[in-house]
Amino acid sequence: MRGVPFILCLIAAAAVIFACGRWIDNSYAFFAAYVVVQYIVLGTAWNILGGYTGYVNFGVTAFFAIGAYSTVVLYKLVPALPLPVMVLVGGVMAGLVGLGTGYLTLRLRGVFFSIATLALAVVVQTLITNWDFVGGARGAYVLRPRVAPLIGGEYVQYLFLVMLGLCVIVLATARAIERSALGYGFTAIRDDEAAAEASGVPTLKLKLIATTLSGGFMGMAGAPLPYYVTYLDPASGFSLNYAVNAIAMPLIGGMNSWVGPIVGAVLVGGLQEYLRVTISSAVNVLVVGVLLVVFVIAAPQGIVGLFQRKK
Amino acid sequence: MDGSIDLLVNAIISGLLLGGFYAAVSMGVAIAFGLLDVVNIAHPAFILLGSYVAFIGNSMLGMDPILAALIATPAFYLLGMLAYQVYYVAFERRNDQSLRGLAFFFGILFITEVTLVLVFGVDYRLVQAPYIGANLDLGVVELPLRLLVPFVIAMIMVVGLQLFLSRTFVGRAIQAVAQDQQALRLMAADPVKIKRIAFGLSIATASLAGAFLIIIQPVEPSIGREYIGRVFAIVVLGGLGSFPGMVIAAVTLGIAESLTATFFGPSWAPAVAFGILLVTLAVRPSGILGR
Amino acid sequence: MTAILHVEGLGKRFGGFVALDSIELEVQDGERLGLIGPNGSGKSTLVNCICGTLQNETGSVRFAGQALDGLSAHERTRRGLARSFQLPRPFGSLSLMDNLRIPILYTVNARGGARAIGNEAIVARCRDLLGEVGLVAKADRLPRDLTQIEMRKLELARAMAAEPKLLIADEVMAGLSHNEVDEIIALLIRLNDQGVTVIMIEHIMRAVMEVSQRLAVLVAGRKIADGAPKDVVRDPEVVKAYLGE
Repeated sequence: MRGVPFILCLIAAAAVIFACGRWIDNSYAFFAAYVVVQYIVLGTAWNILGGYTGYVNFGVTAFFAIGAYSTVVLYKLVPALPLPVMVLVGGVMAGLVGLGTGYLTLRLRGVFFSIATLALAVVVQTLITNWDFVGGARGAYVLRPRVAPLIGGEYVQYLFLVMLGLCVIVLATARAIERSALGYGFTAIRDDEAAAEASGVPTLKLKLIATTLSGGFMGMAGAPLPYYVTYLDPASGFSLNYAVNAIAMPLIGGMNSWVGPIVGAVLVGGLQEYLRVTISSAVNVLVVGVLLVVFVIAAPQGIVGLFQRKK
Repeated sequence: MDGSIDLLVNAIISGLLLGGFYAAVSMGVAIAFGLLDVVNIAHPAFILLGSYVAFIGNSMLGMDPILAALIATPAFYLLGMLAYQVYYVAFERRNDQSLRGLAFFFGILFITEVTLVLVFGVDYRLVQAPYIGANLDLGVVELPLRLLVPFVIAMIMVVGLQLFLSRTFVGRAIQAVAQDQQALRLMAADPVKIKRIAFGLSIATASLAGAFLIIIQPVEPSIGREYIGRVFAIVVLGGLGSFPGMVIAAVTLGIAESLTATFFGPSWAPAVAFGILLVTLAVRPSGILGR
Repeated sequence: MTAILHVEGLGKRFGGFVALDSIELEVQDGERLGLIGPNGSGKSTLVNCICGTLQNETGSVRFAGQALDGLSAHERTRRGLARSFQLPRPFGSLSLMDNLRIPILYTVNARGGARAIGNEAIVARCRDLLGEVGLVAKADRLPRDLTQIEMRKLELARAMAAEPKLLIADEVMAGLSHNEVDEIIALLIRLNDQGVTVIMIEHIMRAVMEVSQRLAVLVAGRKIADGAPKDVVRDPEVVKAYLGE
C-alpha cells in the first residue's frame, strides 16, 4: 500500500502530540487542543465535499449535532458503550442524512444543494428541540466519567486521544482520496460537471460518496461533544460557530489539499482561543467571519496557495 | 366540532396574512436569485438590519417603525449596490460565484449577526405602534392588525415592483439581464450596472420587510437564520423569478405553517419550509409557475 | 456493414420551440459521417441527445445494438460513445496530462478486464494522445495556458482517450489554420482506419468533403438530405437552405 508510510507518520505525530500533552499535564491544554483537533476533523470533512468536489455544505451544524445527539441517545440507552463505538454510530447516522439530502438535491445545480443544507440545519434543530427524550429545548446532561479508561488520568485526556485518532483517520482518508481515481473524479466534477459526465465520470454517484463521507466525518467529530461539554442543548449544539469555522478553515488554509484545513484550523483555532481568553468570545467569532470574507476576496487559494505561487 | 372549524378558519386566515409578510421577505431574493442569479443567502441578515433600524427609529425617535424603515430604504439601496459591486469584482467576474461567492455571503450573514449581538445583545427587542395588539373584528374572524398592516403594504410592494419591472426601461432591462446579456448590450445598457441597480432594489426591500418582521414578532439577532429556509423555499416553489408564483408560494407556506402551528404546536413550524423546499427540489425544481 | 448508431423518430423541444423534429439517422460501423447545417439547425442538440447530455422527449437512440434511452451521459461514454464539446470545456485545475487521465480512469479502466492499466501505462498513453494532437510539449501545463485552437485539440484528445467505438467531433476545426485542418483530417482518418466510427460536425466544407463518406444535412430541426456527399451538396433543398431563396 502506498499510503502506509504516511499513515505511520500521522500516527507518530499524533503520539508525539499526545505524549507532550501528558508531559505538560495541564487540563486546560487538553481542553484547548481538543477544540483545535476537532476543527481539523470538521474542516477536513467539509473540504472533502467543498474543496475537492466544489459543493458548499452550509449544514455543518446539522451533521455535527446529529453525531452529538446520537451520543446522547446512546448514553441514555446503553451508558456502558465505549466512546469509539458511539463515534462510529454518530458517523453512520450523519452519513445517512448526508446521503439522503444529497440524493434529493444533487441532481440539480449546486446552489440548490447549498440552500437545502442551510434549511437542513434549521429542521434538524427543530426535530431535536421537539424531542423530549434527548432533553428537548431544555438540553441534556451527560456525566463525564472521572477517570479515563485504558490510559488513566483525567477523562478529557481520553476525549482528546479519541479525537486525535479520528483526526488521523480523516486526514489519511482525505489524502488517499486526493491520490486516487476518486479524487480525480471529484476534481473533474468541480471543474466542469458536463465534461466529467462526457468523460465517463458517474457524477451523481461520486457526489453522493463525497456527501456521505463528509457528513459522516462531521457526525464523528460531533459525537464526543456531549462528554466534552457535559451539558448539551440545541442552542449550543447547533451554534453557527461550528459551521463558520468548518467553512472558514479550509478556505483560509487552502482547499486543494489535505494540508489546507490543518493550517486553517491551527491558525484560526489558535487565534480564536487566544482572543477568547484575552478579549471576549463574541469578538473571536466575529474575527473568523471577517477573516473568511477577506480570504475569499483577496486570497482565493488560501494560505497554502500563497506559498505555492511563490515557488 | 364547531371549535375546531373555528380554529381551522382562523389558522387559514392568519396563515394568509403571514403569507403576505413572507412575500415581502422573499421579494428581495426573488429579484437577486430569480432574476440576477445571485444567491444571496445573507438576505435575512439585511432584513434583520431593517428590523433594528425600525427598532432604533421607534424606541429612540418615537417614529412609526414602517416609516423609519421607509426612510432608511435609500441607505439600504446603496448598501445593496455596494455589496453587488464587491460580489461582481471578487467573484462573478472571476466566475467563482458558486463556491467562494456563496461563502462570501455566508460570511456576511455571520458578521451581521455577530455585530448585532455585540451592539444590541441577545435580548428580544420589540416596537410600539397603534396597530400592534389591535384587531379588526369581522364577526366570524378577528384580523390582528399587526399582521394585516404588513400584508397590505407587502401586496402594494409586490404590485409596484411588478409594474416597475414590466413598464419601465430599467425594469425591462433587469428582466432581460437574466435572459440575454448580449442583447442588453445592444440596447446600450451595461449589464453590470443594471444588476447593481437590481441588487440595490433587492436589499432596499429588506428594510421594509425588516420593519414588518419586528412588528409581527419580537426580534433577536439569530432569528434571521430561520428565514433562510423559508425565503428560498418560497422563491424556488414560486418558480425562480416569477412574482405571482412567489406570492402564491408565500401564502401556501404561510397557511401550511399556521396550520402546523395550530394543530401540532408552534415549535414544529420551522420544519414546514424545509419539507416544502425538499419536495419541490425533488419533484418539480422549476416551481409551480416556473417555465 | 451493420449499423452502430440508430436514431429513430428523435424529437426535442425547449418550451414551445421545436429543436429537433423526428430525426432518423443511421450510422454504419466504421463509417465516416459528416453532419452539416446552418447555425441553430439543431446539430449540437442532436449530439447532446445522442450522448445523453440532454434527454430526448420522443424517439429512441440505439448504439451497438442496445437502447440508450434513459441512460446518463457517463454510461453512454462507457459503452463507447465519446464526444468533444463545441466550446471547449477542459478541466481547468488539472494539467493536460491529467485532463486525459480522467476518461482513461473512468472509461477504459472502469470497463475493467484486460485493458485496465496502471499509473505508468496511463502516463504513457496520455503522452501518446497528446503527441497525436501536437500538445505533448505542454503536457504539464494547465488549460488556461492554451490558445483556443489548442483547447480544441485537447478536447479531441480527451474524447479519443475514452477509446470510443464512435467519436462525435463537434466543430473541432473552427478557427484552425489550413495546415492544422489537414492535421486533424489526417488524425480523424487514422482513427477511422483503426476501426473508430466518426461523426463530424463541421462548417469547413473542404474538411467535410474530404472526411465524409456520407453527408447528412439538418435544417431547422429536420433532416432534409442524407446521402453521398457529392449528391447532397447539389441537392436543391440544401443549396436553398444555405444560400437562401
